[in-house]
Amino acid sequence: MSEGLLISVYIFVLAAFVGFEVITKVPQMLHTPLMSGSNAISGITLIGAVLVAGRLDSPLNTYIGLIAVILATINVVGGFLVTDRMLHMFRKKPDGSK
Amino acid sequence: MSGGAGGLHAVLTDVVYLIAASLFIFGLKRLSSPATARSGNLLGAIGVLIAVVATLLDRQILGYGPILIGLAIGTVAGALMARLVKMTAMPQMVALLNGFGGMASALVAADEYLRIAVGRAVMTPDIAVTIMLSVLIGSSSFSGSLVAFGKLQEIVTGRAVTYPFQKTGNALLFLLTVVLAGVLVFGGPDPVLFGIFGLAALVFGVLFVVPIGGADMPVVISLLNSYSGLALAATGFVLRNNALITTGALVGASGLILTRIMCNAMNRSLTNVLFGAFGTAAGQAVAAAEGRTVREITADDAAILLGYARSVVFVPGYGLAVSQAQHNVRELADLLEARGVEVKYAVHAVAGRMPGHMNVILSEAGVPYDALLTTEEANPIMPRTDVAVVIGANDVVNPDAIENPNSPLAGMPIIEVHNAKSVIVIKRSMATGFAGVDNPLFYRENTRMLFGDAKKAISELVRAVKESVPA
Repeated sequence: MSEGLLISVYIFVLAAFVGFEVITKVPQMLHTPLMSGSNAISGITLIGAVLVAGRLDSPLNTYIGLIAVILATINVVGGFLVTDRMLHMFRKKPDGSK
Repeated sequence: MSGGAGGLHAVLTDVVYLIAASLFIFGLKRLSSPATARSGNLLGAIGVLIAVVATLLDRQILGYGPILIGLAIGTVAGALMARLVKMTAMPQMVALLNGFGGMASALVAADEYLRIAVGRAVMTPDIAVTIMLSVLIGSSSFSGSLVAFGKLQEIVTGRAVTYPFQKTGNALLFLLTVVLAGVLVFGGPDPVLFGIFGLAALVFGVLFVVPIGGADMPVVISLLNSYSGLALAATGFVLRNNALITTGALVGASGLILTRIMCNAMNRSLTNVLFGAFGTAAGQAVAAAEGRTVREITADDAAILLGYARSVVFVPGYGLAVSQAQHNVRELADLLEARGVEVKYAVHAVAGRMPGHMNVILSEAGVPYDALLTTEEANPIMPRTDVAVVIGANDVVNPDAIENPNSPLAGMPIIEVHNAKSVIVIKRSMATGFAGVDNPLFYRENTRMLFGDAKKAISELVRAVKESVPA
């Protein structure tokens, strides 16, 4: 148990360092898509929600799971789509248009 | 989930999760350039998709009914929101999505608590602690995000709401939730007390955001983004799921970095933003402008100034977004470029209501991203700039920030438009900016004021340039 916990803490700390390294390089121009995109990724909590909704433990658990699945899915689908919509608008100056 | 039992199937699921987490990191890395960002976002989406598919095959799942209903409702709602939202409303959209993610994480952790409590299983201290963390952070980021959404959408007042004993009250409530969490961790399972704990966390989230003013929302949204990541990581610890832990750490780090950038751009500490109740004083007394005069300019004269300039820099502020003038600015820029003028845009980090918001609004209007400059990039070219056009911005171009050590803005990084050869300020009135500070820029020798709504003023300029400056 405690060994597993320690490994998880390791993973958390290392991932945080990776996050700092990767995200510091994102330019100001892309901070809004970064935020909505990373937000969408955090909807990965959906995999936990799916298990809660699918185990059919008790009606209460299933309702909790259903709400969690709805919220997480909105987070994932809405987040990725709106990020894509924004990034689609970022264009370079067309060459030779002057 | 992960862990011994389950054999080959569990190992395969874990491998898929590992691939998903790698895709997230790779995707975030590709977000560092506009040229690759779209594919980076797609990689992230693929990561979530394969992780969800792998989970759907898990043997713990006995029925697919509720899952499919939830996925269907969520997909439709999410897709509609993403399609319908206006670019100016992006901050509230992100706040809402953020809150949903945080709440979903909290619910998953809450379910684990109830399962263990009902099943009379042993709750190890580390599981109990992380459940409490997930519920506390996830629920309060949910309710806090809803308040931020309400403020940005102007359903509730955008002003900082203060009342007596606010800080003491909030501190006591926070203490209460921590004590409740302690009782729940060290006492036996108690679903009722656990429910009270969850409610207390929700109330805390509301009271936490209520005293923060609308223009400080970039900080709040960044911070709540970080919290939803931390809630996710905590749920990952509860479920011993390394994909959730990794992703939670990434998102938590991302939110923290953006929070820090926003605070630096306003030269204020996080504590000051969160507890300073900035933006309460409505008509704060301003050092009166007696003896100083502003010089007005007509649209026609401004058009001549712009049309015959070699270089023009636009400095957009929130006023531009409010009056939806971005398309008109683009039209004006096109006309000027057709007349041989070099056009750039200087975007301050806190222009808009969330990090990078103004860049999105300008890109929507078709402004190419190579014309978008940061404060650091714009300041060196200011002395060589013929005309700087300030549109609905105020505090971020206030020279007091660097020249007057007694100004409330002292030390805040600004776009140094006063170094340009001439400055045109488009503004509705002489009202102060968010900080309630007078702006000496308006009284300078090289500054001309063009009063009016941003959209109207810019369309006037478009007309005047067409009429009086030959292409």
